[in-house]
Amino acid sequence: MPTIYIEGKPYEVKDGKNLLQTSLELGFNLPYFCWHPALDSVGACRQCAVKQFKDENDEQGKIVMACMTAASDGTRISIEDPQAREFRASVIEWLMVNHPHDCPICDEGGECHLQDMTVMTGHNYRAYDFQKRTYRNQDLGPFINHEMNRCIQCYRCVRFYRDYAGGRDFDVFAAHDHVYFGRYEDGALENEFSGNLVEVCPTGVFTDKTLKKHYTRKWDLQTAPSICVHCAVGCNTIPGERYGKLRRIRNRYNSDVNDYFLCDRGRYGYEFVNSQQRIRTPLARNDRQQALAPIERQAALDQVREWLKDTRRMIGIGSPRASLESNFALQELVGAENFYAGVSHQPARLVAEAIWLLQEGPARPPSLYEIKRSDVVLVLGEDLTNTAPMMALALRQLVHRKACKIAEQFGIPNWNDAAIREVIQHEKEMVFIATPTQTKLDDVAMATYRAAPDDLARLGFAVAHALDTSAPAVTNLSEEVRSLAEQIAELLRSADHPLIISGTSLGSQALLHAAANVAWALRTIGKPSYLSFAVEEANSLGLGLLAEKDLDQALQVLRDGQADTVIVLENDLYRRAPRQDVEAALQNASHVIAIDHLHNDTVEVVDMALPAATFAEGDGTLVNNEGRAQRFYQVFVPEGEIQDSWRWINEVLISTGRAEDGHWENIDDLMADLAGQEKTFAPILEIAPPASFRLVGQKIPRQSKRFSGRTSIHADVQVSEPAPPADPDTPLAFSMEGFEGQPPPPLIPRFWSPGWNSIQALNKFQSEIDGPLRGGPPGCMLIQPDPHASIAYFEEAPRAFEAQRGRWLVLPIHHIFGSEPLSMLTSGVAERAPGPYLALNASDAEKLGAQAGQEVELALNDTKLRLPVKLLPELASGVAGLPAGLPGIPYLKLPETCSVQGGVER
Amino acid sequence: MERPLTKDIRQGNPPLNLEEYEQAGGYQALRKALRHMDPSEVTEEVKKSNLRGRGGAGFPTGQKWSFVPMGEKALHPKYLVANADEMEPGTFKDRLLLEGNPHQMIEGMILSAYAIQADVAYIFLRWAYKRAASLLTQAIHDAYQAGYLGKHILDSDYSLEMHLHVSAGRYMCGEETGLLNALEGKRATPRAKPPFPQTSGLWGKDTIVNNVETLSNVPHIINRGGQWFKDLSYTDDGGSKIYGASGKVKNPGAWELPMGTTLREILEEHAGGMREGLKFRGLLPGGASTDFLVEEHLDAKMDFSSLQQYGSRLGTGTIIVLDDQTCPVGMVLNMERFFAQESCGWCTPCREGLPWTAKILAAIENGHGKMEYLELLERHSKLLGPGHTFCALAPGAVEPLQSALKYFREDFERHIKEQRCPWS
Repeated sequence: MPTIYIEGKPYEVKDGKNLLQTSLELGFNLPYFCWHPALDSVGACRQCAVKQFKDENDEQGKIVMACMTAASDGTRISIEDPQAREFRASVIEWLMVNHPHDCPICDEGGECHLQDMTVMTGHNYRAYDFQKRTYRNQDLGPFINHEMNRCIQCYRCVRFYRDYAGGRDFDVFAAHDHVYFGRYEDGALENEFSGNLVEVCPTGVFTDKTLKKHYTRKWDLQTAPSICVHCAVGCNTIPGERYGKLRRIRNRYNSDVNDYFLCDRGRYGYEFVNSQQRIRTPLARNDRQQALAPIERQAALDQVREWLKDTRRMIGIGSPRASLESNFALQELVGAENFYAGVSHQPARLVAEAIWLLQEGPARPPSLYEIKRSDVVLVLGEDLTNTAPMMALALRQLVHRKACKIAEQFGIPNWNDAAIREVIQHEKEMVFIATPTQTKLDDVAMATYRAAPDDLARLGFAVAHALDTSAPAVTNLSEEVRSLAEQIAELLRSADHPLIISGTSLGSQALLHAAANVAWALRTIGKPSYLSFAVEEANSLGLGLLAEKDLDQALQVLRDGQADTVIVLENDLYRRAPRQDVEAALQNASHVIAIDHLHNDTVEVVDMALPAATFAEGDGTLVNNEGRAQRFYQVFVPEGEIQDSWRWINEVLISTGRAEDGHWENIDDLMADLAGQEKTFAPILEIAPPASFRLVGQKIPRQSKRFSGRTSIHADVQVSEPAPPADPDTPLAFSMEGFEGQPPPPLIPRFWSPGWNSIQALNKFQSEIDGPLRGGPPGCMLIQPDPHASIAYFEEAPRAFEAQRGRWLVLPIHHIFGSEPLSMLTSGVAERAPGPYLALNASDAEKLGAQAGQEVELALNDTKLRLPVKLLPELASGVAGLPAGLPGIPYLKLPETCSVQGGVER
Repeated sequence: MERPLTKDIRQGNPPLNLEEYEQAGGYQALRKALRHMDPSEVTEEVKKSNLRGRGGAGFPTGQKWSFVPMGEKALHPKYLVANADEMEPGTFKDRLLLEGNPHQMIEGMILSAYAIQADVAYIFLRWAYKRAASLLTQAIHDAYQAGYLGKHILDSDYSLEMHLHVSAGRYMCGEETGLLNALEGKRATPRAKPPFPQTSGLWGKDTIVNNVETLSNVPHIINRGGQWFKDLSYTDDGGSKIYGASGKVKNPGAWELPMGTTLREILEEHAGGMREGLKFRGLLPGGASTDFLVEEHLDAKMDFSSLQQYGSRLGTGTIIVLDDQTCPVGMVLNMERFFAQESCGWCTPCREGLPWTAKILAAIENGHGKMEYLELLERHSKLLGPGHTFCALAPGAVEPLQSALKYFREDFERHIKEQRCPWS
């Protein structure tokens, strides 16, 4: 371990870092701009200047940039040296030459890194008395606001957007003091991770446009640790609220999962919490011809009690986006034999298969952290940019590690970003992508293969056989595919950290089996690999671990009259099953109760709707696609009668006198029951401290010390100061009073440190920058496979896909904006979503006599859909694509072979 | 005295074509090297000659080459790049060589490439040198035809491809790492060193970048030997040097003279001294990014080491002369405007500091100066020093400024006190 000297004092530091990193880790407040833990050093801004001395006798020293100087053994620097301080203050002075006096009206104020660094260097007097240069701003779409006059040219934005996220439509233009960061022309930023610009930018050039619509100063926000609910990756977030309205989502650092970044869907998909479509009071009706009407809470509970009195059999339909606790509570209420997963048979089966493969097999599901450290990756079937966006972002970073190894030979340290990227500039990632359609990761893939799902699976089986001949061979494989399989196997064989990724989005079990075969083969030849399955929703895996039965069975039970009361938890069944099936089932039930946040097609036909809390208004646990159980905490107390779903169920249990079976004082009670009943869930008690946890006898405040106007928020209703709402479920408080230090990672409600008001304060919460939070990454693994387990190969590779005349295999095509319903209530997300289409390749479209944009008619069973044609040349003949989950497209059980007819008149 | 670089340049006439160049002794050095010398021997000879980089930095050329990894373990392709992006204000010596004898440099490039075992060579040419572009295109073509380029040059094991690349036009492309980025099609911003181009250069591969004049010396060193080259000079820095002079002298131009010739000789003998009625006030010895020298320094020897004791440096060796009827503030303003505009915009002090100094100088020149401005100018001279900025553009830019403040301070003060330019 090298020893460095700062102000003459020795410090032992870890090898391989630069002086800025080590100084920050040692607690020194050294200012910086262009360095970023995920982007490393470039030495552009000159802000981190320190004085370096040759030895103890060197009195003069010279100024060097800490971020570009290795913290090697014997290095001597001074941060407080007067010349270094003067230089750092001058850098701020130069940045202030053109920086506008926007602080009072700038969104960044209060969490602005430039503000913090200005104060830190002590520069405060303007000597520049000439004019400032100004720029024209661009409209960059619904998510990002552009205000170029504030730019301090740190280059972080273009480095993140192009180098880290692979975006191409944003760049730096011009030179000298006219350098411009923007898009080649006005228009929405195309990259799915563009929202990170608002956190990467140290000033107010790029700010959250959705926050702007209901702006609040950072210090006035009430925040709590949360989890994104829009896909199964489980990124950690920090939502912020004021005046009962959710204002924005920020990243919450978790070194194992999302670390510094979020995707745009996760960052901007929150407006559903504020939507007019929210159910805020219990609604009920006695006559299904009448509209639902508001009803008092107690009256609602009484009504439920009445209904349950003459209920023969009550069933509950759970939700892949509701918390474990809410699903479990429903299961407790109705009984395990009456609890059904709220997904139809095929997706439920696939999730169950994925779980089984991960639990019983030797291959472990990797975290995003581990994914970034893989070296060869095979992606079977998943368009990750749309189904698990942050996984796609992770796969763009693999070659960087390889470059670091190469660069080491030349003495290039791995934090020297420009030099590392120079080394890898022509390298592709060792990623093979086998999907039916083009993906946004194709540009970095070593090779791609486009085919129908069964053929993709055949490729997987072939790779497994190429690795281990005892894996089943695939017959009738084309030469092209066979040699691709060889190529993939060759690279996997020589990899140190091979990874296989598949998932449920194409609805193909064969793909899961193919992926498993490859993983088993690698294990057999002594190269254990990771195995990752992308599943669709925030708690798909959690629900899969809990429920054994599925929605199709539930609907059948209802249609057959075998159950008369059904409770639907946070789910729109019309998105899960054909309209006729849902209608027949619900109409046949005597009493249909929904517990949900938003009005949807299901709520329109129920007898009672109880207002459920969203992730921001309640507490719970979600299980992501790697089996990581993570807690989200209530951010604010909602108005009206909204409460956690499990609380509604708790009240039903109590009011119907079933309290002995499950009366829970708070969520800890519920979690204790869940953990006790099912061994798989035992680890959830380890995720975070219980509600009784205190630090120095204090709770952890959700509000910053500067939170203003607490006593006047409700002064229009009542002048006397209300007591802050109690929080019986967690160690957090709806208050600004409480523990001021750093709580355990799962409970961190915001990253702030004295003098560090921006997200850069995160540095203070990590013992090593870019490493885990002090206390470890939040989350507990529910799936810990035995690496010595062995499972037999799946013997049956599917037959090759054959196109049928006049019929097409229609596949669901997932869109990051459009396929997930909650995020679609953010207007910007809906703007970015595509309209309905049917994708075909050009010759198939020609067969139908349709050109791009012209309508064709798709028919499946009784459903007929008219859709404009979209040409995707890479689609196999006989395969068509339908965008999944778009509003306006009724549910179709896909993938399915459908008839398609052309020549349809508009 | 011998003038190896310019002996075959015929002023006002087209340069030697390939045959004429061969008849004058051209490509003999290449034959000698490929047939009788190892690459390392070529490097040794150049080391012996004490040839130092003529682009302005003066790094010993042989030593620079010796940092390139050689042998079986070395990675290929390797690159040799001629920096023909001559944009230092006041400098025109490379243009003289490119338009006067392009084959000389090409032969020099092939020899240098052979020494480092490069596979591909590029000439990175200043956009505005259009005549040189067409001459070089023709010369490269002719060299290929004659078998001096391409596979198995002169039936040896050595092969070299050569390409001409014309820049899109920025001063920063003359900075060796900015040049490499521009050649790769990226923005012309510099790279941090280390790593050096020798181990991470063009496309991340081993690369040497040399100046036109430097390369043009190599055939002569190989033909006549390193010792001969050393002996051409008056001092320890080997060889001859093309010196130039511009400004209001009787005879502006360029002359090949022994390295270490004094300023006085260049100014008075070759440039003919000041024009009638004008008095000498000072000069920049090596292009705009060098410090002013004045009357008392005229006996200084123009080589890499001697000028440093007077607080300046050789730079490109082309002198810009200031007369007593030209305003020094205006002269410095002109240069600072240039440097501010040519700043690539990567690092803060240069990007924001240089335009500020230009605005201050403009204010002073236009009669709106304040005494506080002088302190600001002085601060900038100190703050925009080497190591403080990302590359040498800004430190070079403040050299004329800081020396003008030293030697012509009363002129600045007059502008401010009189609120006008006394020369206007």
